[in-house]
Amino acid sequence: MKRIAGMLLVVLAVAGVLWADGALSITGAGATFPYPMYSKWFDEYHKQNANLSINYQSIGSGGGIKQVTEGTVDFGASDGPMNDEQLKAYADKHGWGILHFPTVMGAVVPFYNIPGVTAELNFTPEALAGIYLGKITKWNDPAITGANKGISLPANDIVVVHRAEGSGTTFCWTDYLSKVSDEWKTKVGKGGSVNWPVGLGGKGSEGVTGTVKNTPNSIGYVELTYAESNKIPYGNVKNAAGVFVKASLGAVSAAAAGAAKDMPDDFRVSITNAPGKASYPISTFTWLLIPEKFTDTAKRDAIKGFVKWALKDGQGYAEGLSYAKLPTEVVAKELKAIDKIQ
Amino acid sequence: MATTTTTVPSAGPVAGSRSFLSRLRDGDEIARMITFLFAASVVLVTVLLVLELWQGSVLARHKFGFNFFRTSVWDPIFDQFGALPFIYGTLVTAGVSLVIAVPLGIGAAIFLAELAPARVSDALEFFIDLLAAVPSVIYGLLGVFIVVPLMRDYLQPALKKTLGFLPLFQGPAYGVGFLTAGIVLAIMVIPYIISVSREVLLSVPRDQREAALSLGSTRWEATWKVVVPFARGGIMGSIFLALARALGETMAVTMVIGNNPIVSASLFSPGYSIAAVIANELTEATSNLHYQSLIELGLVLFILTFVLNGLARLLIVATSQRGAGMGNA
Repeated sequence: MKRIAGMLLVVLAVAGVLWADGALSITGAGATFPYPMYSKWFDEYHKQNANLSINYQSIGSGGGIKQVTEGTVDFGASDGPMNDEQLKAYADKHGWGILHFPTVMGAVVPFYNIPGVTAELNFTPEALAGIYLGKITKWNDPAITGANKGISLPANDIVVVHRAEGSGTTFCWTDYLSKVSDEWKTKVGKGGSVNWPVGLGGKGSEGVTGTVKNTPNSIGYVELTYAESNKIPYGNVKNAAGVFVKASLGAVSAAAAGAAKDMPDDFRVSITNAPGKASYPISTFTWLLIPEKFTDTAKRDAIKGFVKWALKDGQGYAEGLSYAKLPTEVVAKELKAIDKIQ
Repeated sequence: MATTTTTVPSAGPVAGSRSFLSRLRDGDEIARMITFLFAASVVLVTVLLVLELWQGSVLARHKFGFNFFRTSVWDPIFDQFGALPFIYGTLVTAGVSLVIAVPLGIGAAIFLAELAPARVSDALEFFIDLLAAVPSVIYGLLGVFIVVPLMRDYLQPALKKTLGFLPLFQGPAYGVGFLTAGIVLAIMVIPYIISVSREVLLSVPRDQREAALSLGSTRWEATWKVVVPFARGGIMGSIFLALARALGETMAVTMVIGNNPIVSASLFSPGYSIAAVIANELTEATSNLHYQSLIELGLVLFILTFVLNGLARLLIVATSQRGAGMGNA
């Protein structure tokens, strides 16, 4: 018994020494969509700052908001901004607010599997909303053929595919549909998971892709990064200026540039259906959620240092991973906002 | 325990502690305490689980009450939650899987236990155990890449042509849906039924079989009229083990069921199950009511499993009594 107690003491002492000497560890949780980007950042930043390690769990945007509100993690991350109710819940619990910091941008693209059609299809907002509302049921509906002159589309029933689980991708997609269709806004709304009027749910991006590939006459949506890395061809979408745009990093940045001019101070802004001829309309920021106040000053300084780095040097890694860089105006504004963290 | 508490205090504290210590040295007391703790922890975990689910769903229970089980709208945006399509999907997929798996599984078990040479039986048993250990995501992938296309291109059109007059086999053939989920579940649970039923059949005493044969019955008659009824309780047990697995299966089901909360008489229709919706939506549930409704679904699944297990016990008791009665007659 004594021997065991002695061994325990030794172990505790060693652990204590390691703890005191060792790295500062920061935990975060949230969005899955920017996870490849974030893990690259945390890794690179750790290489430069060996005594700081950031541990991030990609549990989903909703989970990130929940955990940062509960205070179980130091920061959260989300693909959709927190709504007023959630901000209030946070402030009520902690006595101070929480800040949004856009980190990178992404896009969501429609893709399809129609036997005999290899051409790139053009989608109007009316067509996409109609298909996902279950009002446009055939591929040769005038709403679709009107934008695709010269392509012969079959009279087959459209099989609609969406994400089964809650996701930031779905948030961006439904946010866009809510903006372009009043009926969508009142009947379905925007969110990470919604009450879909029609369709099959695929689990994860791979589930949606698999279902669309396996099902003739189907349509689905995935993130641009996922479509690019898996070489999935996708369609063009008509933007607010009336131009059909194919999603690309440039077209996403263009959408953000339009929004950057009148960016609100809290950065909670949606860039779907953004103005500008070159803008891709189904684009989104993704945010870090950082408390305004830290009781632990070492953690505070570490997080501030990291965010600064991510906004400057970190942006250089974005395009390699198919994320769009933040516009410089937004970065400048965010660098100022970092001082709000106390 | 009873003897320690009654005799020890009268012998005085010193003697008592000494005898307790000496019993500790023997190991019996230690073993008894430790195993008791282990057994008690099962009850404790179950109680805590129910308590946690009950408390975690308080908002949803108060808001929807009994309507939670009757309505079929599941709308996270407008905070309307009804569990009916999920309960329906869970029961239908589990039911379809048993309809397929029970005859196949018991048939295979009878062959392996009664008819096949021992060497073949043992070799096959190895493969069956292997199948039972395959992770469910593998069965899900098998479902997505093999069963779904087969269903869409061959089985569903064929069923529509031959049995299409039944409401069970109508509507568009997507490949995914209740029937596909039921078939994938059946593939998953058959190994359980075979493995347990085979063991039970093998453990039927030899003299039962020999008595039947000596009375002039054929080998099949001895198997079907004596051995199988004797093993009925154990075979039932294997079926309910399979049912429990089918009710709670998450990954394989969500990959092939279509994930759309629909109550439809057609087995071709896409559907949703309780376990699948919890796994899919819990991480992104932002509103409290949504989160708590998912917890309440967990409670519903727990109760469903509990009730079905209870019914199973009753059924086993009832049938084994009837079996004994038949034996007497």
